[in-house]
Amino acid sequence: MTPNLNLWLIPVLPLAGAAINGFLGKKSSRAAVSVVALFFSGAAFVWALAVAFRSFGTLPYEEYVAHWIRSGSFTADFAFYLDQLSLVMLLVVTGVGFLIHVYSVGYMWEDPGYYRFFSYLNLFLFFMLTLVLANNYLLMFIGWEGVGLASYLLIGFWFTKDSAASAGKKAFIVNRIGDFGFLIGLFLIIQHFHSLNFTQVFDQIHPIASETAGAGLLTSIGILLMVGACGKSAQIPLYIWLPDAMEGPTPVSALIHAATMVTAGVYMVARSHVIFERAPVALTVVAIIGTLTALFAATIGIAQTDIKKVLAYSTVSQLGYMFMACGVGAFSAGIFHLMTHAFFKGLLFLAAGSVIHAVGGEQDMRKMGGLRTYIPVTFATMLIATIAIAGIPPLAGFWSKDEILWQAYQTNWVYWLIGLITAFITSFYMFRLLFMTFFGDYHGIHVDEHGRSSHGHDGHGHGEPHESPMVMLVPLMILAFLSLVGGLVGIGNRFEHFLAPVFGSAEAAQTAGHGTELLLMLVSVVVALLGAMLAWLLYLSKPYLPQKIAAALGGFYEAVVNKYYVDELYATVFVKPLVDGSTKILWQGVDRKVIDDSINDAADGARHVSDEVRHMQSGNLRSYAGWIAAGAAVLIAYMIWLGVRG
Amino acid sequence: MNIDNLSPAILTLVTFVPLGGALLLLLLPRRDRDIRIFSLVVSLLTFVLSLHLPVHFHRAQAGFQYEIDQSWISSPNIHYHMGIDGISLWLVVLTTFLTPLCVLISWKAVHDRVKEFFILLLVLETALIGVFTSLDLFLFYFFWEATLIPMALLIGVFGHERKVYAAVKFFMYTMIASVFMLAAILWLYAHTGSFDFVVIRDRIMSGSVPNFPAAAQWLFLGFFIAFAVKVPLFPLHTWLPDAHVEAPTAGSVLLAGVLLKMGTYGMLRFNLGLFPVQSRSNAPWIMVLALIGIVYGALVAMVQPNMKKLIAYSSVSHLGFVVLGIFSFTQLGLNGAMFVMLAHGVSTGALFMLAGILHERRHTYEISEFGGLASPMPVYAASFMFIVLASVGLPLLNGFVGEFLVLSGAFQARAIYGILGATGVIWSACYLLWMYQRVFFGKLTHPINNSMADMIGVEKAAIWPCALAALVMGVAPILWLGAIDPAVAAALTPFMQVASKVVGR
Repeated sequence: MTPNLNLWLIPVLPLAGAAINGFLGKKSSRAAVSVVALFFSGAAFVWALAVAFRSFGTLPYEEYVAHWIRSGSFTADFAFYLDQLSLVMLLVVTGVGFLIHVYSVGYMWEDPGYYRFFSYLNLFLFFMLTLVLANNYLLMFIGWEGVGLASYLLIGFWFTKDSAASAGKKAFIVNRIGDFGFLIGLFLIIQHFHSLNFTQVFDQIHPIASETAGAGLLTSIGILLMVGACGKSAQIPLYIWLPDAMEGPTPVSALIHAATMVTAGVYMVARSHVIFERAPVALTVVAIIGTLTALFAATIGIAQTDIKKVLAYSTVSQLGYMFMACGVGAFSAGIFHLMTHAFFKGLLFLAAGSVIHAVGGEQDMRKMGGLRTYIPVTFATMLIATIAIAGIPPLAGFWSKDEILWQAYQTNWVYWLIGLITAFITSFYMFRLLFMTFFGDYHGIHVDEHGRSSHGHDGHGHGEPHESPMVMLVPLMILAFLSLVGGLVGIGNRFEHFLAPVFGSAEAAQTAGHGTELLLMLVSVVVALLGAMLAWLLYLSKPYLPQKIAAALGGFYEAVVNKYYVDELYATVFVKPLVDGSTKILWQGVDRKVIDDSINDAADGARHVSDEVRHMQSGNLRSYAGWIAAGAAVLIAYMIWLGVRG
Repeated sequence: MNIDNLSPAILTLVTFVPLGGALLLLLLPRRDRDIRIFSLVVSLLTFVLSLHLPVHFHRAQAGFQYEIDQSWISSPNIHYHMGIDGISLWLVVLTTFLTPLCVLISWKAVHDRVKEFFILLLVLETALIGVFTSLDLFLFYFFWEATLIPMALLIGVFGHERKVYAAVKFFMYTMIASVFMLAAILWLYAHTGSFDFVVIRDRIMSGSVPNFPAAAQWLFLGFFIAFAVKVPLFPLHTWLPDAHVEAPTAGSVLLAGVLLKMGTYGMLRFNLGLFPVQSRSNAPWIMVLALIGIVYGALVAMVQPNMKKLIAYSSVSHLGFVVLGIFSFTQLGLNGAMFVMLAHGVSTGALFMLAGILHERRHTYEISEFGGLASPMPVYAASFMFIVLASVGLPLLNGFVGEFLVLSGAFQARAIYGILGATGVIWSACYLLWMYQRVFFGKLTHPINNSMADMIGVEKAAIWPCALAALVMGVAPILWLGAIDPAVAAALTPFMQVASKVVGR
């Protein structure tokens, strides 16, 4: 007898919060809005914890709620599914989500759109939890598109700023390009398996043999799903929206664009592992995209000066690691990194938000420096997060990244090597961020100086950099704790064993020995330390060097600073031709000149004929109607005659 | 018992109550307020009456219900034959749902010749309902043409600057095309001695119509051209943007919301119903035109500087989905096509009302005249956003269900159709979100817009029911699909037979 877990409550609770704040928040006090938002997001977390305890031994668990779409024999229902995989996601999303809600109370307190912000944030949780708990692809797609909506609304939260509005739109449209692939993948699944229900589809796929001879049905489905994942999880070639998404308030960057939403693609691929495991070509595509993205985005991160942009490219890069893991079949390692990344990257963004808060809205790291004495708590947490992401033991990032690199090495050493180089770059740009922000002298502007830059995004007046309130610091500390110890669950492959009922256990297939594993571990730690040392050398010890290096690299450095001109490339190759072509060729050309003019000409011609022959042209409606009627009458008579004769 | 007694007469009531109201309006003195209230009461009464239809509808039953069949004229043999199935049921309700909203949105917008305006609106409602309820081809044709006159007058008298041009263009275009359908109808009468849809269909299916195989392709085209212009299917669409831009708001709402669906309804009922073989053989080029319409309509919509034209072209794109779904001959595709028709009626109707609200305040539809409106008009901006999301097909709102079903149906028919059609999900986000950004986001660029009033009571009363309907349709499409599904299955039965004859294994 399985207990009824009432999973539906978990997404519905935040939805209720979103609705209450959305409809009533405008007239409520900030305190009331906060209580509603925190209560419903917190309740979702509590319920998720309760579910976690009660579900032991009953997983996988399914819960049917209501019909949604029925067409012939095809059905898609509101029904939820819980297994170890969705349980991990569930706890990460509600846990980190709740912490970020708490933090936002402090961060957004002075914003005039306070209620709107929390309504959107709760709405995001609703869709994200729907995505995670869905028992079929279509319900997952509701969540998938819905988190995109929340992301759109929150990126463009300060909508009077053109750059924010454009970034929101860009995110939505680029995601739609990915969704296009996702949808076609779903059509293929429907066509061949007549269902979108996970269990039903995967049960049919299980007996199918692996498609070793290149492209087959499962390979096509896998690649199409990966197109969707590329959009949502910001992988090459669709990553371009994520850096722009930093226009949103920083808690949004932490929650949506680092910890949860952007990992949805990884979750979806892992959820579809039954398909991918039987489609080696699709897996290779995933691995290559992930590996390339990891390296590519990391290199851009080196040259960014906006603190949030560095973290954004870092997120793209770390997501690349997760896909690399999935691509080599190490799904549990990918999910492990997803979890630790949620801790330390969420923390990095929140700490960056605390920094930005401290310096009055400034995001340019060149105008920071020396902040460790002003904001010690933020510094301490940021330090922990930096060590964690750099992959230095025993912090969280080390365990998960190392697991990925080890698994990648067993598949193909090239993945491992690129992953290792990326780890070096990661450590470098993260310590660069830390040193530029917290060490050296403060380059920012104090209250007694005039004309300070006003482009800071929430620029409320500040004097000396000051530490954030406790409501912001406590979430930082909790996440710092998780970043410290969160990786320990991976010791002895315990995390993998936990997920084994979902992904199966691949332990037996180990080709290299334990000794190699330890050696590689050592190499990656050394590499991480080297990256940190290089950053120390360039940004603390010899701060004149970076400019020299930049000058020496010349055009290449320019290209990196300008993100390899990819945005410009897309604008020239896709956007401009599409807009110009639609305007000049389709609308003014085809629509007006070809179709409309020829029809008007025909009408004119007809009019001239009648003009000359009968002098009946009058231009009014009745006369035209009369002509039509007369013409019709002739035709009708003819047809009747035909009919009678036939 | 009382309700059951209503059933035989219900279709007649629903169809002609608006006309009766219009006739009574003729007698009313020209007190504008009274006329508005009376029109609202009549249209609401019609709506309430029409709710009888889905409430007492036998969902599992595929055939026509609430049928009434009486001889009207003996020679030619014309019957007063009405009835609805799961296909026409919701189109009737859509019409009666939108009309009261049209009355509301015209409450303040129309102040000249108020009486004539509402008379035309109610006459138009009767004609539209009649199109969907008629089962006698002559009756159908009568209502079909009867929609033209009030609509053309609504555009030509109550429209904007180039109203006469637009009205004439609309009238000519659709009238000329209808002649071909009339010819086809008369041929069928001459060879079957009946105008009755059911009779003719059965005669065709049993192969007892003389000379039918030779004429079938021409008959198919005769019907199809009339419907294709109405839809409008690329490249017969150029009357639509002009008609919309010049039409008064209520005219646009009914034009996009219901009138266009006469075309797709006609295809579903008559082209598929009477000519299954020809439908199949003509499907490839029709689907190609539908696909062109989806992409072309969206791309041209994207670059329109005029908000109403943008919405008009987006209709070309959306109706392309409907045609694509119909000619996929799959259960998914046809269900989806029906659902897109209804969803488009609700959300595009609402979009036109929203555009009308701006026009009333600024007397322009030019997007560049606006910008940053979210600050002075937050309620309006939120309502607009909701409808935009419905229209771009966000799941849990109405647009998604139909598009998804259509595309998966088209994909089953032929993968490339589904793939090309699915690009529509990208385009719709492009044109609507871009437009939304230019109108609502950024700083206020025109100081005059700063003093624009937010939505007032009647406007909320007109828009919010659409928003609610969009939500309910998205969350519980099953309420609609329950009746549509069996009707669609019945409509597809001859295709299964055709297919099995062709495959024959």
